[in-house]
Parts: sequence; C-alpha cells; structure tokens
Amino acid sequence: MKLFSALLFGAIFGLGIAVSGMINPAKVLNFFDLAGTWDPSLAFVMAGGLAVAIPGYLAIFRNRRAPILESQFSLPQATSIDARLIGGAALFGVGWGIAGFCPGGAIPALSLFNLDTVIFLLSMVAGMLLARGWNTNWFRRAAEA
Amino acid sequence: MTEFTPLLSLLGGALIGLSAVLLMAFHGRIAGMTGIMAGVLPPWSANWRWSTAFLLGSIVAPLVYRLAGGVIAFSVPVAAPGLIVGGIAVGIGVTLGAGCPSGHGICGLARFSPRSLVAVITFMIAAFVTVYVIRHIL
Repeated sequence: MKLFSALLFGAIFGLGIAVSGMINPAKVLNFFDLAGTWDPSLAFVMAGGLAVAIPGYLAIFRNRRAPILESQFSLPQATSIDARLIGGAALFGVGWGIAGFCPGGAIPALSLFNLDTVIFLLSMVAGMLLARGWNTNWFRRAAEA
Repeated sequence: MTEFTPLLSLLGGALIGLSAVLLMAFHGRIAGMTGIMAGVLPPWSANWRWSTAFLLGSIVAPLVYRLAGGVIAFSVPVAAPGLIVGGIAVGIGVTLGAGCPSGHGICGLARFSPRSLVAVITFMIAAFVTVYVIRHIL
C-alpha cells in the first residue's frame, strides 16, 4: 500500500512537471532570461503549486496528529539560516542557470529518452555524493581505514 | 523562444502541489526531489523503497501521457560541458542547501519555513544572474 501510494503520488508529480513545462530546460532558461526571450510561465507553476499546497498543508496540520499510513510526520528539523543553506542555494541557482535542469525536472525528463538528461543526472548524482561525503566525513573515514 | 503557457503551467503546478499534499497526508513526507533522490543514494536508509516508487512514478507518468497522445515540449539548449558543470553544481548545491524548487519552493514555502524562503530567494536570484551573465555578457 505504501509503495503503491508513493508510486501514484510520484506519477502525479511527474505529470505536473511535464504539463507545467518544468521538464523543459529551454523553458526554464527562458524564464530566467528577463533581458532576452523571457517566458514567465514558471511563475504560474509556483502559483499553482502553492495555491494547492498551502491550504492542503494547513488542513493536514490542523486536523491530523499523524499521517494516514505512518505513525508520525517526518518534517525537516533544521531551522538555522546559515552559510551552508545560503551557499548551497546559491550554488544550486548557478547550476540551474547553466544547465536548465533541476532535480524535480530532470528525473521525469528521463521519460523522454534524451542523452542530455542522462549526462546532467549523472553529474548531479556525482555532486550529491561528493557533498554527502563531506557531510558524513566519508573521506576522512576512508583515509583512516 | 518557448511558448507562454499560463494555463498549462498553472495546471501542472497544481498537480505538483496536489502530489505534495497527498504525500504529506499519507506518508508525512516532504515531496522534495532532493530528499527523495537522497533516499536512493548511499548511505542508504529505510527510505529507499518508497523513494524508488515515487521516482519511478514520476518517470512513468510522462511516458503514459505521451503514449496517450500528449505532447511534451522539450529541448536542451546547453552543450555537454554545461550540463556536466551545471549538474555537479546542482548536486552539491541542493545537498548543502537541503532542497530544490520542489522541496523549498513548494513544500517549504507552503509550511511557511523561513529557511525555505531564504533558499528560494537565493537560488532564484542566482539563476537570474547566471542566465543574464551567460546570455548577455559572456
């Protein structure tokens, strides 16, 4: 049941990414190109998403002490606004502006069987593992072993 | 040029928001692609099963949409070196920044997280500046 529901919610997510245009790097890059071929569509993606997610979340947190299929909510615990958050977000923004792909756009784009998507995703996974290696001190442990 | 698609983008955004609400209601989880991808990468945790299911669903749905006759506009106006450099920057950035547009931009903002608001403002400014520099200065 949990796997089926996760598959279904992933499908809704992927369909939304495809229909909205977030799947398309050309469209993403045009959204950021204010001084050139500006395409404001992606602002509507965020508006549509928040128009559903804000009342939805409010209803959930007001009415339920636990989710339907799990014993508790798994919400991010971090609250500090620090250099890691801002530096990471800035680095992500630079990469997004270079490649036009973000994680949520690139995974559903695998459905289009395009080599560019694979090149981006492999590089992204390498970056994620590198950063997680720093986070978890794998490299230090590997060096000590 | 890409076509301005306010209605389709609004509809697609609403679907992304619906996915986020359902995943929170049923699983108590944030529908952020960074966290969900981290679930299928080492060091593995118990999250890998539902994370894999969510990722598979997100790939299968556009496939079914196309098989049913739907058209998905897609083009990558970036050469391989840009995809590699951009990909590595995105991977490191979302891991350190603990989120991307889906996690911070939809889920985080929807639960009024100050961290997410700072992250969204930061990565949007960075992306606007980057595209301006690449397309109009370099």
